[in-house]
Amino acid sequence: MLELDDIQHFLIARPPALAARYEFLSFHNAEGARTWLAGILAKVGTAQTVGSSHLDSRWVTVAFTWNGLKALGVDDASLATFPEEFQQGMAARANTLGATGANHPDHWIGGMANPSLHAIVVLFARNVEERERCTREHQEYLSRCTGVEALSSLDLEALPPFGYPHEHFGYHDRLSQPVIEGTLVEPTPGSGPAIEAGEFFLGYPDEEGGPAALPQPAILSRNGSYLAYVRLEEHVGAFRDFLRQHGETHEQQELIAAKLMGRWRSGAPLVLAPDKDDPELGADLQHNNDFAYAEKDPYGYACPLGSHIRRMNPRDTATNMKRRKMIRRGGTYGPPLPEGAPEDGKERGIAAFIGCASLVRQFEFAMNVWANDPNFHELGNERDPFVGTQDGTYDMTIPKRPIRKKITALPAFTTVRGGAYFFLPGIKALRYLTALTNKSHAQGA
Amino acid sequence: MATQARQQREPAQSKTGTSATENDWTKPRAMAIPKEGYFKLEQGRYGPVYPKSPACYGFTIIAKTKPGTEEVIREYGKTIEKSLQGSPDLLAPLKLHYLRWVLFDIGKDKYFMYQGIFDTDFDKYTEDAIALFAAAGVDTVFENLEGFPEDWKTSPPAFVKFVREHQCPSFLEYGEYPFVSAGEIKKALKLKAAFSKMLDQMQ
Repeated sequence: MLELDDIQHFLIARPPALAARYEFLSFHNAEGARTWLAGILAKVGTAQTVGSSHLDSRWVTVAFTWNGLKALGVDDASLATFPEEFQQGMAARANTLGATGANHPDHWIGGMANPSLHAIVVLFARNVEERERCTREHQEYLSRCTGVEALSSLDLEALPPFGYPHEHFGYHDRLSQPVIEGTLVEPTPGSGPAIEAGEFFLGYPDEEGGPAALPQPAILSRNGSYLAYVRLEEHVGAFRDFLRQHGETHEQQELIAAKLMGRWRSGAPLVLAPDKDDPELGADLQHNNDFAYAEKDPYGYACPLGSHIRRMNPRDTATNMKRRKMIRRGGTYGPPLPEGAPEDGKERGIAAFIGCASLVRQFEFAMNVWANDPNFHELGNERDPFVGTQDGTYDMTIPKRPIRKKITALPAFTTVRGGAYFFLPGIKALRYLTALTNKSHAQGA
Repeated sequence: MATQARQQREPAQSKTGTSATENDWTKPRAMAIPKEGYFKLEQGRYGPVYPKSPACYGFTIIAKTKPGTEEVIREYGKTIEKSLQGSPDLLAPLKLHYLRWVLFDIGKDKYFMYQGIFDTDFDKYTEDAIALFAAAGVDTVFENLEGFPEDWKTSPPAFVKFVREHQCPSFLEYGEYPFVSAGEIKKALKLKAAFSKMLDQMQ
């Protein structure tokens, strides 16, 4: 039974938010940080409230880096029980994740690679006005707190038209996501059975059996999750240039776009709509995820083996899939680039969180293997066209009878501009953190 | 193009003897490997990534067995044989060429050597391998080894750590048909069979 009153709402349900703000904080003294946390705690949404009929206009989430837990006064013995990758932080794991070249932490912005990044406050708001109101309120609150400084912030807005979620390249997003056992949500056809809660929340049985060993003390870790945050800039101008270069007609360009993703921009999957777009299917949640690869498309004639969705969710063509599921949250930032407009040099992209119970087994595996292994599916010299690290030296093979089409020197459509590992504690854990004392820290040390 | 790209991106690789032109399967190749097991330190999720050699990827795990467990360990050989008879594709995801299990003596102690040759970087698929070991009933064979973590079921990193600590990297690897994957070999044999069938049909 999921303890919904203790789990932060963030990974359980997606609120109807059209705007968001992420604030990245640094703590200069433990007491000030705990006072700040105690003051904001009542605003943090629980899974229970977000799932109820109670209508809300804003949803607050708080999470900490390993350095942040330390800065709050968690003692060294306890800190040592957290997994190594979380202790090291995302910047230290950059090479494993493929964040090299232009994506390297040396180029990250907003203080993301800085060890003084301690916490994130995520605000989801029903609309921009509500976000602005909450932002003013939090800024006013921060100005009254001593020892807590905002390192940077990021405002996010959904892209028009609002009828369906999509990102700057225009792809319909959020079509495939795991359902958590115990939430009573019915998986859409093709999404597979509900996944044990322990794959996302600490302290519950997982797909191996479990529950897995908890970081200590249990009150700090139980009902918590790990979040991998990534700020991914999307180079819309370069993407559209690429489509024009590889397709003479609008239809050909749309087909190339679909082959890179594995879905048409409408969301219709190539396995079910191999030759032309089917917007009705794309919008139909009861059908647009209901497919697999092994039988229907083993060679990738419809959906290329190296396309984004086939890499990031190989479905029935990989093993151990239940241990690789992740929950995605986040949104788009930056102004949309109007169709036909030249690249304006403004930063725009996706700032997303991957929620899981093990960063190394779930998130890092996906980045290291699915996104960046050039030899995934024995492709030889390819990486994920969107989230793989591209530097103009990799290819993209599009299987086609009689002869495949091979695109060489695929350009980078995205660049990682920042990232961090956070721990998303349960409500009791947040209270535990506010009650720490400098004395307990000194004793632990 | 792809060949050129690879050469540009990995200039250091030429020192290892694995540049693209040297991936020619018609030329048998040997590779001497430094003591560390790699040419250049590259961090994987669980530690250094070991390079692909003319004999593909692989590992050699050597560990001391607990006293009196020899027969139990030998029995696992039959277990695996039986599991594979029931489901021949059981280990397919590991992209294996060969597995070799050996028991040998050092003084009065009995040691277990587990050698695998495969086409995937072990660091990448460690958890999948462990899950498959469990499905094949191999996992518990490790419980007969000295130093194997008792909490391995609830702590996969502990299992991985044990494996990595007991990995003995090769200092020489040889391939008669270097760098060729099991998948490519099977494709070639299928093609040969298809040609034979075609010729039969032409009679």
